[in-house]
Amino acid sequence: MLILLELFVRFFRTGLFAVGGGMATIPFLYEMSDATGWFSHSDLANMIAVSESTPGPIGVNMATYVGFTTGMQSGHVASAILGAIAATLGLVTPSIIIILIIASVLRSFRNNSYVNSAFYGLRPASTALIAASGISVALSTLFYQFDWGKGFSILNWKGWVLAGVLWFLTNKVKKTKDLHPIVFIVGSALVGILFSMN
Amino acid sequence: MNNLLDLFVTFAKVGVMTFGGGYAMLPILQREIVDHKHWATEEEVMDYFAIGQCTPGIIAINTATFIGQKNKGISGGIFATLGMVFPSLVIISLLAGIIEVFSHLAWVQHAFAGIRVCVCILILNAVTKLFKKAVVDTSTFMIFCIVALGSLFTPVSPVVFVILAAVAGIVLQNVGGKKKC
Repeated sequence: MLILLELFVRFFRTGLFAVGGGMATIPFLYEMSDATGWFSHSDLANMIAVSESTPGPIGVNMATYVGFTTGMQSGHVASAILGAIAATLGLVTPSIIIILIIASVLRSFRNNSYVNSAFYGLRPASTALIAASGISVALSTLFYQFDWGKGFSILNWKGWVLAGVLWFLTNKVKKTKDLHPIVFIVGSALVGILFSMN
Repeated sequence: MNNLLDLFVTFAKVGVMTFGGGYAMLPILQREIVDHKHWATEEEVMDYFAIGQCTPGIIAINTATFIGQKNKGISGGIFATLGMVFPSLVIISLLAGIIEVFSHLAWVQHAFAGIRVCVCILILNAVTKLFKKAVVDTSTFMIFCIVALGSLFTPVSPVVFVILAAVAGIVLQNVGGKKKC
């Protein structure tokens, strides 16, 4: 019961401060992972992949996934589903409140210079937060046993090769560049199985 | 009541058909909401989408709340949003349950090891795209660097960075007397 409330509150906070769509929730999920231990960083990377490859907005999918996994720790499917509901409702509640308020003052909001200038600062900050999370995912994925103190101990060379190929296909090759992410996710899964990646 | 149910079902449909959220949702919204249901005009949907991007929260949810509110007031906003998240709840719960059962298998772990590499590249590509729109001058570049380093090397919460960045934006744009927005 208490964990449901905590899930709701933590995702409420995420929904309130994540500006700029689904990816912007990732830094908050990292913070949640560190603060609660509900899931590990590599769990989180798996959740991002599943959320990108299933229907629905990525942010909502991730909230559902985290809520489900956290609720599952008590061992019951019912509490897992309640966890998924609590996290998802927490995420969308700030949106509902804020949008209902803005809808009543729609025109003045879009033309407000304070709102515009706040976003002048928010956009680079939000990008930086996502970049920092990306670096954390990359460090735990491309180096086994990474530790800031001990340095880069073991290099995951198969991962580096796959990363290089994926970057090339998603940025440089005209034919593959605009394909849906699910294509690359499924492809990477097959490569992972084929080359026994860890 | 029927109208609320209609909002719920229509947005559940949009939710099922949207892979990835954000911009992927726009063409589907236009077909379902503008062409089929006539709940909003094309311009209104674009407006809602633009505001949804620069308000806290998930863009898809913000847009759904807007359209629901326009049609049936507060309860309309709530039902549209609940409809939008319903497919995610069902699909992800099923998948998470299945993955939980099979996660100990070696080939599933290999598959996810490959997938995690792909996630890094997807995040990198998203950051590259956002960076081009967000970092437009020296001040925004400074904000980017400070937040990126602060977030990597200090335990300061993202919440603090978000609040400070909004304040910095207002100060930089209004005190210096230059407007770039």
